[in-house]
Order: sequence, then C-alpha cells, then structure tokens
Amino acid sequence: MNPTLESLVACMILLGALFALLGSIGLARLPDFFTRLHGPTKATTLGVGAMVLASAVYFTATRDGISLHEIAVMVFLFITAPVSAHLLAKAALHRGKEDADQ
Amino acid sequence: MLNFAIETGFILIGLAMLLNLWRLFKGPDVTDRILALDTLNINAIALLVLYGIREDSSAYFEAALLIAAMGFVATVALCKYLLRGDIIE
Amino acid sequence: MMRRLLPRPALSLTLFLLWAVLGNAASAGTLLLGLLLALLLPHVVSPFWPDALRIRHPGLVLRFGARIAWDMLLANLAVARRVVGPVKALHPAFVEVQLDLRDPFAATVLGSIVSLTPGTVSIDVDRERWVLQVHALDAPDPEALVRQIKQHYEQPIREIFAC
Repeated sequence: MNPTLESLVACMILLGALFALLGSIGLARLPDFFTRLHGPTKATTLGVGAMVLASAVYFTATRDGISLHEIAVMVFLFITAPVSAHLLAKAALHRGKEDADQ
Repeated sequence: MLNFAIETGFILIGLAMLLNLWRLFKGPDVTDRILALDTLNINAIALLVLYGIREDSSAYFEAALLIAAMGFVATVALCKYLLRGDIIE
Repeated sequence: MMRRLLPRPALSLTLFLLWAVLGNAASAGTLLLGLLLALLLPHVVSPFWPDALRIRHPGLVLRFGARIAWDMLLANLAVARRVVGPVKALHPAFVEVQLDLRDPFAATVLGSIVSLTPGTVSIDVDRERWVLQVHALDAPDPEALVRQIKQHYEQPIREIFAC
C-alpha cells in the first residue's frame, strides 16, 4: 500500500476512534438525559463514519476492485440513528409525565 | 504507522465502551440505560470495522451490519415498551 | 408508460445502488438481480405510501448533501469542545421551530438532518401546528438556532421537493 494512502487510513482511524470516545465522554459526564442524548449522534456521524471510510479506502487499496460495501453500514446508521434518538426522547418525555402525574 | 493507529484506535474505543458500561450501570433512569446500550452498539460496530482492517479480512463487515440492524431493532423495541407497555399491539 | 413502470424513480435508483454496494462486486448477476429488485419493490411498497413526494430538483440534492456534510463536520468540532469543556457553562434548551413545509415526509427528512447534526436532536413534530421541537446542547441564543435551521435546512428541502 502506498504511504500517502496508509497515512490517510491511519488519520481516519484515529479521528473516528477519537470522536467515538468523545461521544461516550459526553454520555458519561453530561448532567441530564436530554444533553446525554447528543453523545451517540456524535459517535455515529463522525466516529463510525470516519472508521467506515477508512475501511473502504484500505480494502480498495489492498484488493483488486473497489470496496464500497462498508458504506452500506454508514447509510444504515445514518438512517436509523435519528429514529432511535427520537424514540428515546419520546420515551423520556413520557416517563417524565408519568412521574409528574403520580 | 497503520499498526500504531489501529492499536491506538482499539484503546480509544475500548475506553469509550467502558464509559458506556459505567453509564449503563449507573442509570439513573431506564432511558439512560437504553441510551448507553445503543451507544455501546455503535461503538461495537466501530470496533468490528477496525478489527476487520487489522485482520485484513472483510468477513467482519457482515457482523457489523448485523449488529447495526439488531441494535436498532432492540432500541426501538425497548422504547416502544416504555411508551406503550407493549411491543406488538 | 414510464410512470407505470417506475412509480418511484428515486427509490428505484437508491435500491439499485444499495444492492450494488452491498454485493461489493459488479458481476452481471448481482446487477441484474439488483435491477429486478429496483423495478419490483417500489410496486410492493407504493400501496403503503400512496402520496409520496417527488424530487423536483435532483441537482440541488448533491449541493445540499455537501452542505450537510460540511455542517456536520463543523458541528462535531463545536460539540467536541463543549463536551470536554466545563459542563456548567452549557445552555441546554428546548427550541420550537415553526415550519413552513406541510408534508410528513419532508418533515421527517428535516428532523433526521437536525438529529444527525451534533448539538441538536429533534424530539417531536407536531402535525397539527407544524412545529418541530428541537433540543439543543448549547443554545445561548435560541432565535439564531431557529433561523439557522430554517435557512440552512428547511429552505433547501422545500426547494428540492417543491412543497
């Protein structure tokens, strides 16, 4: 593999891992549920996004032909992440209301 | 250089998953725990993709896709249960 | 004729591309099966989704996509700084965005984009008042956030779908 591509893959791996960690730090130390909800969207968009792109570049460079199926994971996560965030927020609001009723 | 990046990536994502586990045990509410599980899933996908690069094998991609699908369904089912007290109405 | 064969051109194209990407090898068999699925599946799902929007300006989609990618990168960096910075300095807020669009699908697209941009998560769409409820991690100026969402995301979506 040529050195330019290798350093590109290395940078994207580090970037992805760093943002996955930052998202989890947010999840661990932010004060209430709704602020914590911002952690996973971060981990998904840049964290997994950069990791998956690194994988696509790596396998395209080392095998014959281009490797794009990693992109499918990214597309799937980008479609599902807002849906789970929305449902979690609704569940939290619902529970808050229940507690207020009691 | 690539090896260094991969090893560092493992350490960072490992730390991230430990933080998720801490949130999973601490709570305080059920929704926090579901959120922690969801994040754990996303980090597991990143870890699997990274492992695939390390082992130079694209076999781990299918596992990553499966975890993504299962994690999403699990999160939706758990939230639905909290919202309605029932999953399939 | 074209309408009957391809009731959802954008959906067909997406399915075909996704199938090709998943297969990861451009063999004739994979592409043929993908083509078959892309032709058949829209007919299967269209009864559940009768009045789908059509993309009126395909050229705008690419420009809009590039802008979202750029915004995501900037927002990620901004949120990263806040996550490691002092927690007390944050101004988390619920913000209500009064929408001009009047279509459930367009509202879903807008909500998803807002959720994917770090720092904001869309909580709910009120379909009676057409209000998008957004939670922001740090919004010292909620008015500016509303303006940004409307100008950066809602306006292009309305242009793309002409709704």
